[in-house]
Amino acid sequence: MTTMIDPPKADGFRISQLIYDTRYRAITIQVIAVIAFAMIAVFLLVNVNRNLASLGKEIDFGFLSNPSNYDIQQVLVDYSSQSSNLRAAYVGLLNTLFVAFLGCILATLIGVTAGVLRLSKNWLIAKIMTVYVETFRNVPVVIWIIATMAVLSEALPQPKAFRGENPDASMWLWDSIAVTGRGTYIPKPEWGAGSVFVVITFLLSLVGIWAFARWSKRRFEATGQILPNAWIKLAIFIVPTLLVFFILGRPITLVSPALKGFNFQGGIQLSNSFLALWLALSVYTGSFIAEIVRSGILAISKGQSEAAFALGMRPSRTMNLVILPQALRVIIPPLISQFLNLTKNSSLALAVGYQDLRATLGGTTMNNTGRELECMLLMMMIYLVVSLLISSGMNVYNKSMKLKER
Amino acid sequence: MSDRKSTIAFVRDHMLDQQPPPRGEVGATKWIKENLFSGWFNTILTLVSIFVIYSGLSAIIPWAFGGVWNASSLAECREILDGAHAACWAVINERWRQIFYGTFFPASEYWRTHVAFVLLLVAIAPVLFDRVPRKLLIVTAAYPFLMVWLIWGGSLWGPLAVAAGFAVVFYAAKVAGRYTGSGLSALIAVVSGLIWWFAIGPLFVWALDSIVPLFPLREIQSRELGGFVISMIIGVSGIALSLPIGIVLALGRKSDLPLVKMMCVGFIEFFRGVPLITLLFTASLLLNYFLPPSVTFDLTVRVIVMVTIFSSAYMAEVIRGGLAALPKGQYEAADALGLDYWQAQRLIIMPQALKISIPGIVNTFIGLFKDTTLVFFIGIFDMLAAAQSIRANSEWNGITWELYIFIGLIFWVCCFSMSRYSQWLEQKLRTDHR
Repeated sequence: MTTMIDPPKADGFRISQLIYDTRYRAITIQVIAVIAFAMIAVFLLVNVNRNLASLGKEIDFGFLSNPSNYDIQQVLVDYSSQSSNLRAAYVGLLNTLFVAFLGCILATLIGVTAGVLRLSKNWLIAKIMTVYVETFRNVPVVIWIIATMAVLSEALPQPKAFRGENPDASMWLWDSIAVTGRGTYIPKPEWGAGSVFVVITFLLSLVGIWAFARWSKRRFEATGQILPNAWIKLAIFIVPTLLVFFILGRPITLVSPALKGFNFQGGIQLSNSFLALWLALSVYTGSFIAEIVRSGILAISKGQSEAAFALGMRPSRTMNLVILPQALRVIIPPLISQFLNLTKNSSLALAVGYQDLRATLGGTTMNNTGRELECMLLMMMIYLVVSLLISSGMNVYNKSMKLKER
Repeated sequence: MSDRKSTIAFVRDHMLDQQPPPRGEVGATKWIKENLFSGWFNTILTLVSIFVIYSGLSAIIPWAFGGVWNASSLAECREILDGAHAACWAVINERWRQIFYGTFFPASEYWRTHVAFVLLLVAIAPVLFDRVPRKLLIVTAAYPFLMVWLIWGGSLWGPLAVAAGFAVVFYAAKVAGRYTGSGLSALIAVVSGLIWWFAIGPLFVWALDSIVPLFPLREIQSRELGGFVISMIIGVSGIALSLPIGIVLALGRKSDLPLVKMMCVGFIEFFRGVPLITLLFTASLLLNYFLPPSVTFDLTVRVIVMVTIFSSAYMAEVIRGGLAALPKGQYEAADALGLDYWQAQRLIIMPQALKISIPGIVNTFIGLFKDTTLVFFIGIFDMLAAAQSIRANSEWNGITWELYIFIGLIFWVCCFSMSRYSQWLEQKLRTDHR
């Protein structure tokens, strides 16, 4: 950093140059740092080796292929207690990613709504949103998770309340969703013959939307004419899929849950632990996202919107074409780091017993096999890889969005 | 010209008196019209919000204010309420000690936590507000040692010896500085400090304790600590330690030395990439693998170390953002003045970079304080554990809301005041003219 003032005398190298000469000092500091680091690492590794030897253990990942011998409540892929521990960890990872993914979507919806409404000219709604943000930001997420779980399991009706001629509780949305104290049951799609074509048509229509957007943009740049893009995209999104669906004779049907015996059968069960974790994480993270959105919009100088109005733009177009593109540059990086936080906070599933990666690999598997070191290392590595993937995605985005200057 | 008659029929020849504005354009009416009913969408929003507020308050207020404050069990509470749906605050009245001090903290020693808390306020006052007399910084410097003595008890010689170690370091640096250069004297100072802390100091303490223990307090084991006290201990230590470590890491990450930079990046990215709960489990389950068999660490200390490391990685990123936001001209100007690296950092770069990153720093502090709830999962008796044990008790079995609202409120007050303080500080330090 500092520049050299005196040219070095040419009478060879002296030891003191290692400290006082800026050319060598950098090397000295780094060598010392590396030696210190290596010493700490060797110290830790030697200790691990000695401790493992005294316990009669050695580092061995063989247990991963042994049968896991425990059940997991929520499984997204094939799994039974005879599956391997590795498979159990995989199921747990999928559960983590599942709740994190849904949480990110819901948190973004809540956060963007609350952030925009907090800037609303309507005093009342702005104050309500302020209260929401300040309440949720300033109380630990664990308390929210536990409290949500308590609401779900204590305040909601038990399945037996749905029974009888005049039941105490009734199902929602034309008898398709049952919200009970033992979990929420939603309709399950039944994939009949020919449903493949419906799915293929749907995917093709997504490609169609993308192609249309490109064509329409090129046409706009060439001729200056604007098509009702949103409506056309919506039509491409819905019409072909519906047509194929009805031509093939409705191959996909929804099976609603029904009360059989003591509990609901059929349909998909969303356990309370999942719901509590999902809702609490989303509402908690949503309050942070609301602040990010708000400060992002406020960060755009007022001159921008005034200039847009001076050009005769309507408020909606000003928002879409002038404010949002600039605000997004400010909003996206902290937004992604909130997604990262949500993903990591999903390990608090511990508080409600949702079986995520920590509960399978770092919980039951670890306790059953007694391999703390291996399980913890593996679990940390997996979390690290997930985080690094998300944050490297963020860096790619940042590079592409960065203002090109100097 | 004269045949042209004026087309203006009337010309006013005196000024009109000022009229009051129309009634709809002043005061509350105008405000309501503009802020609540300025269009159909706004009107709908207002009506919906009024409904939400009404239904929320009409459920909460009778429940909270109609609650029972004096009862010895939930059954008695329900009896008093006689079917009414209201809170049973009696559980707080009955068990607040357990929530504040933990289950096992001896009641005769509560005063020590009170003294420690008051001293904490005195110690942080000069750090937070520059109007407070600077002499109080002596309390701030002494506080860590006093806190350890007050909370864990024992004789005062131990903390004094640790504090004396810092004096040893200081004087060794001063003496060595007369004979050698700054790098070597720093090394000598650190080595002599370590010799004091690990070899001479313990001997002194042992000798003095066996002759005359200084203000001996009843010793309290870490597992006896709990409740709000343990959250405060972990939170305050983590906050005090994570800022300097975070600054060093941020400087390391911005450094020109590739190996140092690599180590800092690796450290920061690793600790930011894993959830805190896995680190806490590592601290409670795995630390014994990494230490020599004879060495054991207190669980509280392990947790403080982990929480500190975790949040210092976040802190480093926040401060790096502040460093990156400084114009390059500031670095160049510092170089042009002939300041060396540490002088430039201390006098030019850090004051500005830290000022920019105040909101981020305080957010990290708030996050750290909220994260102290996670120690519940590794068996430390914090407030959540107290709530759980109260709920498991036969007298209070079935109570939920009152406890969690109370605990949430404690956290809310702490975190909200921290965020308000940071906004105040930001305003005070704002030197640009907007």
